[in-house]
Amino acid sequence: MTDLTSLTLAEARKGLADKTFTSLELTDAHLDAIEAARVLNAFVMETPDQARSMARAADEKIAKGDVGPLAGIPLGIKDLFATKGVRTTACSKILGNFVPTYESTVTSQLWRDGAVMLGKLNNDEFAMGSANETSCFGPVGNPWRREGSNTTLVPGGSSGGSASAVAALLCMGATATDTGGSIRQPAAFTATVGIKPTYGRCSRWGIVAFASSLDQAGPIARSVRDAAMLLRSMAGHDPKDTTSVDIAVPDYEAAIGKSVKGMKIGIPKEYRLDGMPAEIEKLWSEGAAWLKAAGAELVEVSLPHTKYALPAYYIVAPAEASSNLARYDGVRYGLREQGRNIIELYENTRAEGFGAEVRRRVMIGTYVLSAGYYDAYYLRAQKVRTLIKKDFEDCFAKGVDAILTPATPSAAFGIGEKGGTDPVEMYLNDIFTVTVNMAGLPGIAVPAGKDRQGLPLGLQLIGRPFDEETLFSLGEVIEQAAGRFTPTRWW
Amino acid sequence: MSVDAATVRRIAHLARIAVSEGEVPHLQGELNAMLAFVEQLSEVNVEGVEPMTSVTPMQMKKRQDVVDDGEIADDIVANAPATEGHFFLVPKVVE
Repeated sequence: MTDLTSLTLAEARKGLADKTFTSLELTDAHLDAIEAARVLNAFVMETPDQARSMARAADEKIAKGDVGPLAGIPLGIKDLFATKGVRTTACSKILGNFVPTYESTVTSQLWRDGAVMLGKLNNDEFAMGSANETSCFGPVGNPWRREGSNTTLVPGGSSGGSASAVAALLCMGATATDTGGSIRQPAAFTATVGIKPTYGRCSRWGIVAFASSLDQAGPIARSVRDAAMLLRSMAGHDPKDTTSVDIAVPDYEAAIGKSVKGMKIGIPKEYRLDGMPAEIEKLWSEGAAWLKAAGAELVEVSLPHTKYALPAYYIVAPAEASSNLARYDGVRYGLREQGRNIIELYENTRAEGFGAEVRRRVMIGTYVLSAGYYDAYYLRAQKVRTLIKKDFEDCFAKGVDAILTPATPSAAFGIGEKGGTDPVEMYLNDIFTVTVNMAGLPGIAVPAGKDRQGLPLGLQLIGRPFDEETLFSLGEVIEQAAGRFTPTRWW
Repeated sequence: MSVDAATVRRIAHLARIAVSEGEVPHLQGELNAMLAFVEQLSEVNVEGVEPMTSVTPMQMKKRQDVVDDGEIADDIVANAPATEGHFFLVPKVVE
């Protein structure tokens, strides 16, 4: 029998249905892989007992012919998703040993469909970061290294644990969240597939909030088809989230293999940055050529406000974060540091509980919302956001079906290499992904090649609102042309 | 625009984050780096542009004004650092 951890989710589903192996065997194979890969620090909590009991329950159901869409499939869960009875921390000291008494909507839907939980995955503290270096549990290692080098690289962030675990074959897929690129950038850094669906597609209920108007959940997976399978279970209307949209979730998997002939693909000229590495340029042209060969038509498009998306994001996101994170006060849950009065208790708790990046963003968010600065910063940024969204609307109105861009401006970098003196250096990682969050659109990152040093690079496809299907169809064309990439095991 | 040390202390207090004197210069530098970065937004012409309030055009959802959840006081206080019965304990607030 081949190693069960090397199967795609779609292959595992078939093996389980054909009774080639059981969910317990599949789950045990992954639990073993997790144990052998602790050096990657991808998991912040392993839940082997729960995993085995869920696997046994899945096996019983499969034996009775009751096969849910994800029956018996072992998954990893980003530590931002509340899991009933299992510690959930957002990788922040301030949540301490918080054990939710409820389950997030997205994860409850995965369990409804038969999936098995292997454990909780590392991420940047409160999802604020692009390298998974701000986690209170320490950084995550990328399974990929530069050829001939022993340097451990970052897996990207904030869903670094999710990307690393999927790439290292520790779980068959993982949940993730994306506020400015936190699904797509780590997917690109680890040769995995990540999709951020349209804002409103997945319920945010039970996910630790960062910036509510930008946050969306989505999967990180081993293939485009796997991502389609996972998103179908994760998506759907939830009355508990007022921004969750009440429209039917299509069978995303049916979009895989659908012809892309005649589709109009926009190539935005503003994404051609000065000083962009030649390898990224080349990858981008190659991707365009693959889509053309599959029958799509390429057109140059203009998204004139692109360069303002990142600065506008660094007003809107911290502003919302400062408001959302006000709840961590040392009274209702999590860490408490004593003070002589209630204000000191708040101040000491938050100083001790929040890491440097979170403190910085809460403070900048507080500043841009404070009296006298609100109009100059926050209101202006929200107006710029309207313009960014309009750029995309104008483009789609001209008949463009999807937009092709690089996923990241570079490949993965070393731990501690970026953002040490200037936080903005780290923020620039999200330059190609953040526009999508600002406009609420769906975006997928698909592995497309490697750089000179043997590190994976990804391409991004941006779609019309609620048209994830087109992204799956086009993404699979790129996947077929580029092939799949697996890291050489060193851990 | 940039912030001075006094403003850093004021923001920290508004955000309810204790900041020691030694941390102020460092924080000031970082906040100013972020403010310098977002400064470029001032060159965008936003005249007559509506600020975004909802990224997906949709009707605000409403529900019946009835109690549909509750009686879970045990759950609510389950993770609190200090409680007595179903109450959160805090330092004395009113003298």
